[in-house]
Amino acid sequence: MELTAGTAERSGFVSPNWVTTRLDDLVNWSRANSLWPMAFGTACCAIEFMATAASRFDLARFGMERVAYSPRQADVLICAGRLPFKLAPVIRRIWDQMPQPKWCISMGACASTGGIFDNYAMVQGIDTIVPVDVYVPGCPPRPEGLLYGIMLLQKKIKGETVFDPALRVEQLANEHGLFLEPAAVDELSEPFGNSVHQTRSA
Amino acid sequence: MTGAETPNPSVARLRARFGAAVAQSAVVHGATIVHVARERAHEILAFLRDDPAERYDYLADVTAVEYRDRERPLEVVYQLRSLPHGAALRVKIELDRNGPLAVDSVVDLWQGANWLEREVWDMFGVRFTGHPDLRRILMWETYDEGHPLRKDFPLRGRFSRAEQVRRALGADLAAHYSMDELSIAEAYGAIPADMRERLKPAGGEGSAS
Repeated sequence: MELTAGTAERSGFVSPNWVTTRLDDLVNWSRANSLWPMAFGTACCAIEFMATAASRFDLARFGMERVAYSPRQADVLICAGRLPFKLAPVIRRIWDQMPQPKWCISMGACASTGGIFDNYAMVQGIDTIVPVDVYVPGCPPRPEGLLYGIMLLQKKIKGETVFDPALRVEQLANEHGLFLEPAAVDELSEPFGNSVHQTRSA
Repeated sequence: MTGAETPNPSVARLRARFGAAVAQSAVVHGATIVHVARERAHEILAFLRDDPAERYDYLADVTAVEYRDRERPLEVVYQLRSLPHGAALRVKIELDRNGPLAVDSVVDLWQGANWLEREVWDMFGVRFTGHPDLRRILMWETYDEGHPLRKDFPLRGRFSRAEQVRRALGADLAAHYSMDELSIAEAYGAIPADMRERLKPAGGEGSAS
């Protein structure tokens, strides 16, 4: 961000009490540096999230001062752990309860793809339920990984503009009761990597 | 405790009392397993709980086993423990896959069997006759793909992923986490009057009086 401060010393006759900047820069700077996370911890990734929030790695350094366990006072949903189908309507409701502007981080292999749980009980990637901004790989990711993901999200936020209303449009369920086309959900859920060998009884 | 390969003496007493209703028994890794007939299983389990020589007062687990071998029957397994005598006994009931998968509930003997039997019903589709509240417990109530731990159940479920997501998102959250689910209904009489007023069901009579 470019800040220009009036300095009496330099100009001689301008007051020091003003700053000029682009509105986008100011808004994005404040948004990116005061992200309040809504931690949705379901598994071992949540343990790494706790480590990230604790004093050694200190999430507060990045402006995430307060971990909001209330979706209405949160800006970024961090899904830390695998998401079973039984929790799918829960995370969707939490996402719907969060006010704009809001972002989502999918933390770990299971939240991002279903991971090793390519079975009947597990959502194959939370991007079939809520829109995801940053995927953090790892099983579970180390705190450095999550911090890097958060810094990527901050970078992304700094590239947004407040004049584009399309960024803040709430996504509604389509006529299938889904948030993506059924074919897209099927394709995102396709097995890949080692999972393709699990077809003996599937 | 019984020795490594010594059968639990309860088996001999069961044979003396119930005769042909007690089928084969074995000692596997120091644990005694006894197979009993489905029709008399409840009677036998009641005897095991109440007889002064047996006193199996703690039901550690109820589960079921389905073998990959299609010829072998499905088994319902009761893991019993006697706290007074320090003995353990595993009782198995064999169920014909082609017949009705049903056994008598033992909730009337051990209260703890309630959720265990619900889990067996949810995962294997074994019905427990006389169970007070035989609902699914792990999968949600409207889950429609069958019983996931059966061998003929496909690992990824029966529906397409899109259909699974659609059904999951359509589930009624309030139905999952109701007062009934939390068993507050049973404590209704014991809670303070103002709380009772707040929890009173919207329509119809209260769940407890």
